[in-house]
This record gives sequence, structure tokens and C-alpha cells, in this order.
Amino acid sequence: MPKLLIKNGRVIDPASKFDAVADVLLEDGLIAAVGPNLSAAGAEIFDATGLIVAPGFIDMHVHLREPGFEHAETIESGSRAAAAGGFTSVCPMPNTSPVNDNATVTSYIVEKAKRHAIVNVWPIGAITKGSKGEELAAISSMRNAGAVAISDDGQPVMNARMMRRAMELANSHGIPVINHCEDLHLSAGGDMHEGFESVRRGLRGIPGCSEDVMVARDILLAEVTGAHYHVAHISSKHSVEMVQFAKARGLRVTSEVTPHHIALADRDTLPFDSNYKMKPPLRSCGDVDAMIAGVVSGAIDAIATDHAPHPGSEKMQEFEKCPFGILGLETAIGVSLEQLVHPGNIHVVRMVEMFTTGPARILKLNRGTLALRSPADVTIFSMDREWTYDVNKSASRSRNSPFDGKTFRGGPVATIVRGEVVWQAA
Amino acid sequence: MYSPDTPAGLLGIEPLTRAEIQAILDRAREFRPVAETSWRKLDLLKGRMVVNLFFEASTRTRTSFEIAAKRLGADTISITAQGSSVSKGESLVDTLNTLGAMRPDAIIMRHSASGAPHFLQRHLGIPIINAGDGTHEHPTQALLDARTILDHGVRLEGLRIAIIGDIAHSRVARSNVHLLSKFGADIVLCGPASLLPRELKQLAPGVTLTTDINEAIADAGVIMMLRVQLERQHEAAFPAGEYFGSYGLRLEHLHLARPDVIVMHPGPINRGREISSEVADSQRSAILNQVENGIVVRMAVLERVLTGRGNAQAAH
Repeated sequence: MPKLLIKNGRVIDPASKFDAVADVLLEDGLIAAVGPNLSAAGAEIFDATGLIVAPGFIDMHVHLREPGFEHAETIESGSRAAAAGGFTSVCPMPNTSPVNDNATVTSYIVEKAKRHAIVNVWPIGAITKGSKGEELAAISSMRNAGAVAISDDGQPVMNARMMRRAMELANSHGIPVINHCEDLHLSAGGDMHEGFESVRRGLRGIPGCSEDVMVARDILLAEVTGAHYHVAHISSKHSVEMVQFAKARGLRVTSEVTPHHIALADRDTLPFDSNYKMKPPLRSCGDVDAMIAGVVSGAIDAIATDHAPHPGSEKMQEFEKCPFGILGLETAIGVSLEQLVHPGNIHVVRMVEMFTTGPARILKLNRGTLALRSPADVTIFSMDREWTYDVNKSASRSRNSPFDGKTFRGGPVATIVRGEVVWQAA
Repeated sequence: MYSPDTPAGLLGIEPLTRAEIQAILDRAREFRPVAETSWRKLDLLKGRMVVNLFFEASTRTRTSFEIAAKRLGADTISITAQGSSVSKGESLVDTLNTLGAMRPDAIIMRHSASGAPHFLQRHLGIPIINAGDGTHEHPTQALLDARTILDHGVRLEGLRIAIIGDIAHSRVARSNVHLLSKFGADIVLCGPASLLPRELKQLAPGVTLTTDINEAIADAGVIMMLRVQLERQHEAAFPAGEYFGSYGLRLEHLHLARPDVIVMHPGPINRGREISSEVADSQRSAILNQVENGIVVRMAVLERVLTGRGNAQAAH
């Protein structure tokens, strides 16, 4: 197998607390050496001077839409968007058609990914059959087929007893339960965050408390069951405070935030433009500040994009008719640098951690490190190279991004999966 | 913050300046002799075509826009959602693009979705006049309400006006708040707490909130009642049987207000639900004046949109 030698980059490996200019040698799909002035006969050279060389980034929350919604995205197109965003691994949520609630669908995704995806794909199975909240899904066999967690993302488990049972089972299988926290009675009919902007625009609101009450419930259940509970796309200030509280109590509670929830508030949105419509909604400025504070304090463990492709035919409609969700893979690093690192909220090492060891630990993946003999997944990115996002050139099949046309300072430069460069910036 | 309102269209009151609004109201008064004479028609908009596109049921707004256009000499085409390609599953964007390709000079649009005209205006080169979008704005209603108040010899500056009912779901309330606030009125919004989000206070300067109808009416110069919008409530936000008792306007309330109080209602009224028959038919009711003013105000709006007249005036 060919050898790849990445020269002169600033190598950041949070797992081993390594942060220095060094070379990284990839051989046979594994990390073969990390150190200064490496040389390897016959190795292809990648000059990473001035760039950051990090373990492959993991996005633990994406929607690849396959099977069932291939007009919006496929495992292949989604994996290309992931690579173009600097991600070497993605975890697709189970809200496909059919729902990934049994081992057959899980295996289908795993097999399809083996053949067509250019990054690693670790599926997340459903909590309940059809994500309907009525009957537990085939958790054990999905686990055996490769599911790394369970979640009814988008269709939160409203029945607390069902959630408790799911936590008990997931715990016995060693996988986390991920919940999209939204009390559906409180949020019913809502199209954007409930607050001044929703009142002004005459749109029905999704209150912050619809997230908070479910986070509170789930934390209590996590204590009762001892399960590992993970809050998906956290967006409300009180929810972050409660996760912080749970961690302080020593519970196995983790959380993730999306780049858009650390970058945009409800008042920043172009009114009635569906590229700003997602769940949870873009909340108040105070919530955005609380998300950034949560990243700083460690209440939030990972950055995950909630990449949610929808074709133009669905997004070019009256705001209240449009589906929820925006693209996220290709702009995640740019947005994170801009909101977290450039203003000095966190050090770049912490940002790398949130894309690597953070999700790898939550999902127990043997990824997210440049340790010797670990799989050679590497993300190379720039801290200062200016580039402009053009959604019409996206690798995704969809075009729904609020960041179209935005110029970023810093972004992905190359993506390496199992020793092979699968994407490189033009 | 709002995307640039195409100067030619009229999407809402919020982006307008006081001077622009004043120009429309003044022009509306000038049109009154035309509107009051059954055979008179002007040729200000001769050769122009406006499309009346109503995705939601409407009697007075649609009819008065049509009359207004005809009084100005324009050709009008009315399309309702039933019987159009919309009922065959065509998307809003495609419907509007199709109509746009026929080159009308303006599209008057009512839609049940808040922001539908704003969203379309970004994709369409033809001015859109918002005839009511969901629970957002209904600009011509606020203009005709202001015209009606002024016609009663009441100044808007310092006027205490109570707007009572389902504020949360009312586009009439939002447009009126924006308009009245720009003229320095003192606006009291009143309704059941579940239909009166507290963020309404920030909507514009001069707004206060109360859940007590007596407090709202005290010393009011204008009482504006809103229809209980059953079709926009997705749940029972208030026990239906208690509504009239708590928020229905009855004769006994009127003595709390100023003696010359004017009672208004955008219609259609539900007698016995939000307003008693006695009040609706009383001397204090200006409901039919509102209907009359609908035509002249819409004439002024159409003229402004199609010829830019009001814009030029406001600039001086």
C-alpha cells in the first residue's frame, strides 16, 4: 500500500496532548510515525506548511437521506460533502425511509457505505420502531450490525417510560441514547424560536422550554438508569446549565452543539427565508452566548452539524410549509473557527477536540487520534486561508444553506481516510 | 433588518415611514369624491393591469381592491385558490412565476402563511401588495383604520386606543400597532394572556399590555375589536364559553371610555362573540366608515405602487 508523508504541519492531537510542528507518516492505512523530519522512501509527500494536521474529524449527527430520500442526498453524495468539509467520519441519523430501526436497514447502510462512501459511516439506530415512540426498536441486533448509538432524532420519545426502558437497554449494550429534546406539545406548530422575532413576524414559536423540559426529564432518567445520555444539537441556555449540573453530579451526560447555533440568533435571520428554518430553531442572542460558554466550560462535548439536506422544491415554499433543516458539513470548520477560535473563546486545540476525541469518546469509536497504529484518518485545515462558500458547488445534492456566499477565514484543506486523500481544496 | 422592501410594492406597514403613510392617507381623502359618485372613474391607471390573487377567503378586501382598481381605470383579474392551478398542487412560486410571465403591473395577494408575499417578492420582479399574510401584516387595513379615525376629527398623536381580542393571531393588530406608533399614539393591547405574548410590548414604542378589558377601555378614544380567529387557533387558548363574558364589548363598557369614543372592527363581525349587537349598531360604531375608507385607501395604495406618486410626494 502507498505511503503518504505529511510534512511540516502543525500537528494537533488532543488525545496525546501533542501540539507541535511535525511530520506524519501514513502507511498501510495506519498512522506509522509522528515526529520531526521524518523521511520515508517512496512516500508521496503532502506539504502541510502553515496548516493544521489533526485527527480525522467526526460529525456525529448527519442526515444522509438514504434509503428513501435519495433526491435530497445519498450516502455517496453526503460522504463527499463530509470530505469537502474536512470530515473523515459521519454518523447518519435513522430517519430514513424505511427508518433504520432494525439490523437489515443498518446493514444496508453499512454495506452501501462500504461501496460508495468516501468517508467512514457509522449509523445510528432508532430508539423505537418507525421512531413512532410506541415500541422499542431492535436495539441489540442493530448494535451487532454496526449501530453506534440509538436516537429517534426529529421524533423525540415523548413517553418517559419508553425513554427509561431505552436507556436501560442501551446501557446494557454499551451505547449512548441520543435525544432530540423537544416537548412536542409545547412546540406544536412552531416554525421559529418563540420570542420577539416570532411575534413580530407573526410566526408560531418553538419555545426554549420545549427543549428544557425534555433535557430535565432525560437527565433524571439517566440518573435512575445509569445510562449514557447525550443531548443532540443543544440550543437553549437552560439546557446547557442542566447538562453542566448533571456532569457535576457525575452522571454520564454529554452534549453536542451545531455550528449554526453558535453563530446565528433568531434576529440574524432573513425573514421568511427557509434557509434559516431548522430544529431546534435559531434562538436568542443570550442562547447563542450560552452555547459558546458551554463550549468553553466543557458542558458541550462535541460539535456536530445536523447536516439536513432538503431539495429546493421543498425549501422554496411558504415558510410554514418548508421542512426543517440546513446543510452543515462543508461550513462547519469555517463557522467554528470564526465563532470560537478567532475571537479567542477557545484555543484551536479545544476546537479540534470537539471534532475528534469528543465524539469518538461518546460513541466509543477507535478514531479521533493520531496515536501510532490507529487508522490513518487525518483532517488538514487552514486557520487563515480565505475562501467563499458557494452552495451551488456543494458536493451535497441539496442547496439549503444560510452560509451561501459567506467568506470564511480558515477552512478544510485536505481530508485523508485510511491513508488516502479523498478530498483536497481546489 | 428586513430585506429591502421593493419600493414599488407594499408588503407591510413596519418598513414605511410616517411621511409615506401620511401621503397615502392624504391622497385617499382626495379620492373620496370619486368613490362617492357611482358613475365616476378616473384614468390614472388606464392600460394597467392588476391581479387580485386570493389564497384565503375574503369579501371586503378583495372587493374593495377590485373596485379601487376599476375606479382608477385599471384592468383587474381576480383569482381565488379554488379553481386555479393551486388546487392542482402547483407551488406558490410556480403560480406566481406563471402570473408574472403575463406581465401584470402589480399583484395583490392574500395568503394564509405569514411572510408568503415577502418570500415571493424576493423571487419575482413584479410589485406585490400584501392584502393580508397569515398572522403577520395587513397594511391596507391599518391604513383604512387610520383614515377612519382621522375622519372623525381625532388626532393620532396622543390618542389612546385599545385593541382588544386575539392579538397573537391578528395581522390587523400588528399593522395597526406599527402605524399608530409611528404617529405617536398610546396603544393598549388587551386579550386573554394566552393570546397576548408579552413580546408584543417591544413591537413598537407606545405599546402597553393588559388582560383586563375595563383597564384597556378606560379613557380610550378608539376601541378596536378583533375577530376571534377560530381558523388560526390551533388549540383552545381560552375557554370558548367565557370569551364574551371576559372580552366581548358591551354597551356598559362604553361609559368607561371617552364620551366621543369610536368603536371599530375590521370585520367580519361575530355578534355576541367579541362584540354585542347593541354596540355594533350603536352611534359610536364606525364599522361602515371603515368599509367605505377601504376603497379610497386602496386607490391611494394602487396609485402609489403603480405610478410611484406617493413615494415622490413623501420625499419632499
